[in-house]
Amino acid sequence: MSINTGEMKDIKEFLYKIADDQLIIGHRNSEWTGLGPVLEEDIAFSSIAQDKIGQSLHIYEILHSMGEEVPDIIAFARKAKDFRCSHLTEYPIGEYDFSLMRNFFFNHAEHLRFEMLASSSLEPLANLAKKYKGEIKYHIMHSDTWVKQLGRANEESHTRMQSALDKTFNLALGIFEESDFADALREVKVFDGESVLQDKWFEEISSILDKAGLVIPERSKWVPSYGGRKGQHTEYLEPMLEEMGEVFRLDPKAEW
Amino acid sequence: MYGNAQIDIKEKSKSLIEGEDPVKLAEFEARIIRGEKIEPKDWMPKAYRNQLIRMIEQHAHSEIIGALPEGTWITRAPGFRRKLALMAKVQDEVGHGQLLYSAAETLGKTRESMINDLINGKSKYSNVFNYPALTWGDTAIIAWLIDAGAIINQVTNSKGSYGPYCRALERICSEESFHLKYGHDNVVYLATGTAQQRELVQDALTRWWQPIMHFHGPPDKVSEHTEILMKWKVKMATNDEMRQRFLDEYVPKIWDLGLTIPDPNLKKNESTGQWEYTEPDWEEFKRVINGGGPCNKERLQVRRWAEERGAWVRRALMKPEQKYTVPLA
Repeated sequence: MSINTGEMKDIKEFLYKIADDQLIIGHRNSEWTGLGPVLEEDIAFSSIAQDKIGQSLHIYEILHSMGEEVPDIIAFARKAKDFRCSHLTEYPIGEYDFSLMRNFFFNHAEHLRFEMLASSSLEPLANLAKKYKGEIKYHIMHSDTWVKQLGRANEESHTRMQSALDKTFNLALGIFEESDFADALREVKVFDGESVLQDKWFEEISSILDKAGLVIPERSKWVPSYGGRKGQHTEYLEPMLEEMGEVFRLDPKAEW
Repeated sequence: MYGNAQIDIKEKSKSLIEGEDPVKLAEFEARIIRGEKIEPKDWMPKAYRNQLIRMIEQHAHSEIIGALPEGTWITRAPGFRRKLALMAKVQDEVGHGQLLYSAAETLGKTRESMINDLINGKSKYSNVFNYPALTWGDTAIIAWLIDAGAIINQVTNSKGSYGPYCRALERICSEESFHLKYGHDNVVYLATGTAQQRELVQDALTRWWQPIMHFHGPPDKVSEHTEILMKWKVKMATNDEMRQRFLDEYVPKIWDLGLTIPDPNLKKNESTGQWEYTEPDWEEFKRVINGGGPCNKERLQVRRWAEERGAWVRRALMKPEQKYTVPLA
């Protein structure tokens, strides 16, 4: 496929959006290391975090091959306003119910996104999507199992999971914030668009949440948390990035 | 990562075998001499069981408490390569904890009761984790030299007599060897990097040298008690033997990097083959192990907090067959 300069810029924005989501949620999940409710969950969250950060690195490498900075500079020295992650990924880990619900919503969206991208006309992206949807399948198995277990185990866990869902749902809808370049990407058959993705996602999560005995808010109450894709972030992103780049920025030219 | 078990020599040596059936005890000791492994359902003296529970439990606690000082640097690791490697390393340490709690459970104490003993301060963990990892340099020194000390201890103990512990240690050692490579690579980059990087790693080494010298525990008092534990292959080498092995292998490597070890008396006596050094402050060691270190309180607080915050999740796992039905109204 041949792409013009305008499309190139759109594709880059699109890639930043995907990779930034993965980096930020991966970083957040890594914060569970040593603190999980059971050791097995420390280990699981760490595996998932490593996969997601590894995947973000791969996409930053593709961006670098398209003329952007090297991945370390992109991730460790960029300003918050230049990040394109969704608000959902930025929140601190909070309680386990919140982190789990966040993962559940995010994993399904990400898996479906990569499924759509597997037939993208942009070959490096299609190849990457094919490779990573296999990894994400396990992330989904993890969050589905726990959501179903905790949704129905006892009154305490049910109440917690329902309240985590209520708190997280609008944030999750923010994943599907449409970008200005959506039509352009659809035209060149790179990606079908966020609303298509959101519909698929809703269908998929609905059936699992039903099995978990958890209720999705009525459509009239949906207030998607938009802004992240345009560089408008929650108060949590900047301090997180400060921390992430703290050592790297001591001397970005040094080899660490 | 783990140093050496704190052997309680207050127990009289006689008490180790008091009340044991002499025929069974003789058979047990003969099996150990033949190099056989003791398995969970085999007969064993009470003191053997208790000593092993204490040792494996302390080891497991050290792994999960040890995840804290390094874990706090995952969010600050400079660059993807270090970030991904540190995440994997600390994840390994937690995995070692999981493996070791399972090994200790084969002796009859549950994970839950071990973790309760940890957060109540009844059960110890490696003293070294009561010191803070102040800079990125500290994480490099920990990953290289503390893990190196741990490997020496663990390889030695993997030749012990209790089957489940030995098998856990073999798996742990193969993972630890990657940690050592990671730690060494990290230190090499800092030591051969910019002036600022070099200062980071030198300061960290200076700070960590005493805890490193403490790592294998105080010089053993040769007692009949220790002798029995060595005969049972519970304790495989004296603390000083392990410290000597550590110095022999790592001091030359540290010097090769042009780093300064803060002990002017440190040298190898060529005629005895032994390293000579300034005895670290063992009073401080005692003070720290008894709760007076810079981070004891914080480490247990974090662990307690994690246990309390996760209690509802564990409660929800208790009866998997039970399904909660959401009330309709």
